[in-house]
Amino acid sequence: MRITNIAVPMMIFAGIPALAQIDLSGSWQSKNHEDALERGAGPNPVDFAGVPFNESGRAKALSYSQSQLSMPERICAFYSQWHMMIGTFGVRLWNETDPLTGRTVAWVVGAWEDRAPMTIWMDGRPRPSKNAPHSQAGFTTGVWDGNVLTATTTHMLTGYLRRNGVMTSDQATMITHFIRHGDLLTLASQLDDPIYLSEPYYITRTFVLTTNLMNSGGPPCIPGDEGVEVGRVPHNLPGKNPFLDEMFNLYGIPREAALGGPETMYPAFRDKIKDQFKMPAKCQRNCGAPAGQ
Amino acid sequence: MTVRISNQCLALVIAIAAPALLQAQGRGGRGGGAATAKAMAPIDLTGYWVSIVNEDWRFRMVTPAPGDYQGVPMTAEARKVADAWDPAKDEAAGEQCKSYGAPALLRVPGHLHFTWQDDQTLRLDMDSGTQTRLFHFSDWKPQAGAPSLQGDSVATWEITAAGRGGSGAAADAPPQGKGTLKVATTHLKAGYLRKNGVPYSENATLTEYFDMIKERNGDTMLVVTTVTTDPRYLREPFIITSHFKKQAGDEGWKQTPCSAKW
Repeated sequence: MRITNIAVPMMIFAGIPALAQIDLSGSWQSKNHEDALERGAGPNPVDFAGVPFNESGRAKALSYSQSQLSMPERICAFYSQWHMMIGTFGVRLWNETDPLTGRTVAWVVGAWEDRAPMTIWMDGRPRPSKNAPHSQAGFTTGVWDGNVLTATTTHMLTGYLRRNGVMTSDQATMITHFIRHGDLLTLASQLDDPIYLSEPYYITRTFVLTTNLMNSGGPPCIPGDEGVEVGRVPHNLPGKNPFLDEMFNLYGIPREAALGGPETMYPAFRDKIKDQFKMPAKCQRNCGAPAGQ
Repeated sequence: MTVRISNQCLALVIAIAAPALLQAQGRGGRGGGAATAKAMAPIDLTGYWVSIVNEDWRFRMVTPAPGDYQGVPMTAEARKVADAWDPAKDEAAGEQCKSYGAPALLRVPGHLHFTWQDDQTLRLDMDSGTQTRLFHFSDWKPQAGAPSLQGDSVATWEITAAGRGGSGAAADAPPQGKGTLKVATTHLKAGYLRKNGVPYSENATLTEYFDMIKERNGDTMLVVTTVTTDPRYLREPFIITSHFKKQAGDEGWKQTPCSAKW
């Protein structure tokens, strides 16, 4: 049988991707069809349902006042890599290659305004010492497992888990799985935090490939004077949070559920609150479609 | 320029290259001793799973208020239908399962139980609402008849390439842990995407991807990406992702009937 010597390698390599890597590069549009309020305008105060708090985490969240964001020290100190999972924006991904070998050294998830870029090192470099400085970006390494890129991020500064005072500590570890199905990119991310959580917190979301170029950076966050006097930290003292019944007033959700805890993540919790739940007669605000999404 | 290559050599080239392109639905099929969908499964979904609800909590764990449609890309017509939601009327009409159809079922907090009904059919039972979905592999053809709550689902394995050099596994063995279950569902009876009457029509179609992930803490997670299209009630595909944790056994499994109000 005759066959060209060009055809043979073509037959081989056309069918075999190198080490089963998937091309994640491109601009990916966010579809905020779930958690739309949380990813958009932001969650209601004292909506902690589904957060696997420990007591420290809950106490920290209840002490929070939204005015903390107006402190010059904290205006830009809020957004860790977790913002990628529950912020409102899309993402742009690309790979950085070694100019000599062509190998991918890192995958990069571009920054967006208040979130730093995530550089996912694929070259096997060691993780810094646990005493190394932390940053908003943190330090991330990645490995492929089949068609899934798994990125592990540590060394982040403290940040938010939910934008209503649920916080992550600088001891948190974020593990993100990037799963591509054609024009869909699903991110499944687990956050472990020994300081504030008693179980991992898990979030999944899906982006859609778009030809509209996404930002790979953004305007920097610039601290400014928003009227909070020097030395004052806006807060709520224990037992004094004025929004303890906000979720009940808006949605009929009992305080026990709104205060979170690991049991609120599981189906069995519904039995516990069934008799306390009061369905409102009508949605009061942030009601959604078709206008105003 | 040409070279001479033996038939055996060409066969070897094809044998090396083919697994990388493989999708299991193309292998074998029924009869002839060929591998079945069950035998070729790259991931083992069988067993019990529990919903982890920390997204859309107020739309899933409790009944959302009438008129609360946050996040759903509804058409104006859908809005009118949803605004007329009357759970008492649904119950009286025996339609209390409208929010347990395939496009919404995995958003209902509960437990999943996957089993193989036969070598080409994966069965998914859910305790909440006591619903069953059947995922048909190979050359299954939908039966004629009225549309149903769970519709007709055709399943395929999307198997990840082993990469250069292969995995060293036997040629007819699936690469364990490296693949996705893709399910396409049609022939659906109209129902609700959310408990409070957000509708989908009989023209809705559903595409789902089931991915299993082993976490470093030992948890095995199931991530399901769901795309619902409906030219009548949705302005664009409705895309959500749900997650479940693998259980050692059937702890918490409690079959309950559908409810239009809770």
